[in-house]
Amino acid sequence: MATTPNAAAPADIPGNSRTLSRRWAGADDIAHAITLIAAAVLLLIAVLLVYQLWVLSAEARTKFGWKFFVTEVWDPVSGDFGALPFIYGTLVTSAVALILAVPLGVGAAIFLAELAPPKLSSSLTFVSDLLAAVPSVIYGLLGVFLLVPIMRTTIQPALKATLGFLPFFKGPSYGIGFLTAGIVLAIMIVPFVLSVSREVLLAIPRDQREAALALGATKWESTWKVVVPAARIGIFGSVFLALARALGETMAVTMVIGNNPKIAASLFSPGYSIAAVLANEFSEATGNLYLSALIELGLVLFLLTFVLNGLARLLILVTTSRGSGVLPT
Amino acid sequence: MSVRLMWRKSLNVVMLSLTGVCVLLTVSVLFFILGYLVYNGGKDLSWTFFTHLPAPVGEEGGGMANAILGSLKLLLLAALFGVPIGLLGGVYLAEFGGRTIPFVVRYTADLLNGVPSIVIGIFAYALVVMPMHHFSTLAGGFALGIMVIPTVLRNTESFLTDVPRSLREGAFAMGANKWKMVATVVLPAASRGILTGVLLALARVAGETAPLLFTAFGNRFWSPGWDQPTSSLPVVIYTYATGPYEDWHRQAWAAGLVLLGLVLLTNILVRAFLTRGTAYERS
Repeated sequence: MATTPNAAAPADIPGNSRTLSRRWAGADDIAHAITLIAAAVLLLIAVLLVYQLWVLSAEARTKFGWKFFVTEVWDPVSGDFGALPFIYGTLVTSAVALILAVPLGVGAAIFLAELAPPKLSSSLTFVSDLLAAVPSVIYGLLGVFLLVPIMRTTIQPALKATLGFLPFFKGPSYGIGFLTAGIVLAIMIVPFVLSVSREVLLAIPRDQREAALALGATKWESTWKVVVPAARIGIFGSVFLALARALGETMAVTMVIGNNPKIAASLFSPGYSIAAVLANEFSEATGNLYLSALIELGLVLFLLTFVLNGLARLLILVTTSRGSGVLPT
Repeated sequence: MSVRLMWRKSLNVVMLSLTGVCVLLTVSVLFFILGYLVYNGGKDLSWTFFTHLPAPVGEEGGGMANAILGSLKLLLLAALFGVPIGLLGGVYLAEFGGRTIPFVVRYTADLLNGVPSIVIGIFAYALVVMPMHHFSTLAGGFALGIMVIPTVLRNTESFLTDVPRSLREGAFAMGANKWKMVATVVLPAASRGILTGVLLALARVAGETAPLLFTAFGNRFWSPGWDQPTSSLPVVIYTYATGPYEDWHRQAWAAGLVLLGLVLLTNILVRAFLTRGTAYERS
């Protein structure tokens, strides 16, 4: 009789502590499960995004097939849709933006990574980061009221007078058009080229520079012939990243591109881009076919940026081998 | 000095100065934008701008009180939806994840981050607007929230992994189990960095226009409820800037100044006060 409670008590205490420890471990499991659910929500969103774009564009995809990408007609009234003018406009404006922004961004990155003292470099990079934070509608606002008049009265006539023999600089100067949109885009993507290129350049080991200088190279030669080639893959990565930004950029382009679904060789002529047509026509699209054609455009845009971003991340990963933590968001 | 050497030296000077010019051009754009907006928008900023509804179309005057409130409501929704998911997801990646799932989540987050905002708008339209059959504040907040998640998630993860091992081991040595260690030691240690990420993510979506065009849509009056369309600052700037009236253009400048001021101020304050000694400053 006396031993039973005694025997029960030691048995009870480990028993209690076992349930206690089980309870603690249970709390760990719950925390694990809750955070896992949050991470799973992100995956779910991504899967749903692709699924919705695919399903909702079904009508246009089955009706037009591949023809969608090669026809120029965009006629909501008769229900005839071709994406070519938008794809063309998106590619042309992005190309103009890259031609202007890459030399500027890489040049600035070279200065910040190679020449500027660290304090100056980091404060200038801060300014460039702020530039990346400026909302795109603000760029559009300045584009419409400042850049478009300047383009019309000064830059386009000047280009016509000097380079008018090229097919790109012909036709009347409206101010709006591919060139203006490309310039606005260029200004918007420079900070991305700059910050990633700078990061990549800084990741190149010091010895490389010193070796070149010791061989008698000038500062510029060591930079241009040694450091930049060593960083080139990462710089390409920054360019792809900037290109993905440019392709998907909506508001600023919509406000200055002219919104005219035409294909023209001249950069002066008004055009249209995928993102711009979505911004303008989506909320007013009547009829399922119209909506589904617009969503197919969205799908195209998604796939383009998806591929480019993946490629960019891979390239930057190769040179900095630090993962995408260094990428601007 | 040989001609060749002189050529090399002058090339050196010229090219290096050119890189300096590139920096000057890039950096001056920000000051130019800011100056131009202050010049153009500053004179039309008044008390009325912040407290009054827009005047009827075609009439002059009025303000943007509804757009400012609408933007705040959208941001609140975005924060309520996006921040918890991003935060907890980030904790999962840094603390609980194994190998495969974190890799997939990380990759997906980066992918989602690169999706053009207009496509996010389509997604919110399909998921919220289509079932509800009308535009709503909720749909807009949902779209912005989706854009907040990947940034907060990746940022939270990187600051959590920055917390030194010794802190975790100290917590374990005191008998804490994992969730307690994370909640009372690691998260507080990383809190400034995490908060920075959250605020910067919100500042970024505050200026987003494209995903709101066919989700929150717009409204010339006070939005009657969360399930109704609402006005917002970026959308109003777009509508007014592309509209036909002189007065609209003036108000677009004023609204642009307010929006840019808020976004830049948040960025500067957050980076100045919250990032001392964190990875942000180091980078």
